[in-house]
Amino acid sequence: MNGSYLDSYAPLLLMFLLAAGLAAVLIIASSVVGRHLKVRAKDQPYECGIRPTGDAREPYSVHFYMVAMIFILFDIEAIFLYPWAIVFKQLNMFGFVEMLLYIAILVVGYIYLWKKGALEWK
Amino acid sequence: MEFVTHHPVLVVSLIKIAIALFVVMTALAYLTWFERKVVARIQSRWGPYWVGPHGLLQPLADGIKFLFKEDIVPPAADKISYVLAPFLALALALTTLALIPIGPATISILGQPTQLVISHSNVALILLFAISSIGIYAVVLAGWSSNSKYPLMGGLRSSAQMISYEVSLTLSVVGVLLIAGSFDFYDIVGGQSGHWVHVIPKWHIFPQILGFICYLTAAIAETNRVPFDLPEAETELVAGFHTEYSSFKFAMFFMAEYANMITVSCLATLLFLGGWLSPFPETGAWRWQLYLPAAGLIIAGIGLIVGGLRGVQLSAKLVFPVLGIVCLGVGYLCTLPGVMPVIQGPFWFTAKVFFLLFFYVWARGTLPRFRYDQLMSFGWKFLLPLSLINLVVTSLVVVLRLR
Repeated sequence: MNGSYLDSYAPLLLMFLLAAGLAAVLIIASSVVGRHLKVRAKDQPYECGIRPTGDAREPYSVHFYMVAMIFILFDIEAIFLYPWAIVFKQLNMFGFVEMLLYIAILVVGYIYLWKKGALEWK
Repeated sequence: MEFVTHHPVLVVSLIKIAIALFVVMTALAYLTWFERKVVARIQSRWGPYWVGPHGLLQPLADGIKFLFKEDIVPPAADKISYVLAPFLALALALTTLALIPIGPATISILGQPTQLVISHSNVALILLFAISSIGIYAVVLAGWSSNSKYPLMGGLRSSAQMISYEVSLTLSVVGVLLIAGSFDFYDIVGGQSGHWVHVIPKWHIFPQILGFICYLTAAIAETNRVPFDLPEAETELVAGFHTEYSSFKFAMFFMAEYANMITVSCLATLLFLGGWLSPFPETGAWRWQLYLPAAGLIIAGIGLIVGGLRGVQLSAKLVFPVLGIVCLGVGYLCTLPGVMPVIQGPFWFTAKVFFLLFFYVWARGTLPRFRYDQLMSFGWKFLLPLSLINLVVTSLVVVLRLR
């Protein structure tokens, strides 16, 4: 078991290391090759040519935060459905009914979100 | 030599990774060329034409130009995350490709029998989703660390869009898992072999057409492509999250985007389009299909020779016939008895992936961009319920057929 485990995941790690190495080489190459000329105006953040006003570290719409929360809710649902889908044929009717209950609970939350206007983008 | 005998798996996978990275990097480069050509034709233009015959050296020229451009790190930026973002984007986009098998055959490298996949895992699908989800961090980091307003807005929009469609993407695949009952791509594709009434292949796209539509839409949104390319909506946000990037760091985001396109197309092929399986039955009357890869290459070779010699450009007259002869040679190799069975899987797999990539480019050439509120309500109010309905109906059918 140990051997086969290593056989399937060591190559994946190796792939990541090589891909990361390639990315690192590209980043280093781009900072070494090519000319560098420091100009004050060039160092400013891009703002369509006008002088930048204020900082970009500002508060932004709370709606993005809401989307993130809804995402966590539904993505966890999706992840719980994955193992269920794999053993579905063994669980048979029992699994189907249990899953219906599970989805029904989430659909209630979904309808609540919809009615509350959380899915509306203003 | 001792290393080879002690760690045969590592050495063999090192060879496979080297080949895979080379092929993928070339494919990435020429995917940009292909996209520009196709979009140009859709818009009645020629596209890249002058760098090499028919612009074939354009990707190389672009790469060199990117490398020699000035690499600016804005002083206001958060240095570590600013550099980390393109690094993560590219490294993770390339890593996912390790999990994708391209054929059923077992080949022999250095006397070691090995499969046509770099990492054969029994939870490959989950691993693939896990690795590609980390890619969202690259977008968030790039947008935030630049410390500039356009990247921040682009990054926020992009991450909200990507996580919104990620839900539909993961849910649309559950239908396939219900039928296949495995996370292993070899099992998923193996379950799609055979035919209904001797003609229609048993691919998951037919029972799972809803799931396929959900998957494809969500995948296009996940990779930030037209018509869902709001994160980099040029007319509103300059370039979105990578506005402050220059030189090769800028190019790396594009390389990652194209690599992700290839990954989701491969995944769609494996899950819905029967992977490396041929659409024709494997009976004696259909034996001629084994010669299809060779025939395709030979036709392409003849086309290149004739078209090249009749071309206007001198470089085309010189280069295309040579490429044509190479095609003819490879086509002849594909008829050899040792090569023919091995080449079938990769041939069909590549053909299907290529078709999906063409579909991507086609969509880009024809569809207008969504508005942001339309995009969000399309994802949450249409695609999510649709994939849930697909899931419930599929499980009902599966459970009823078990009785």
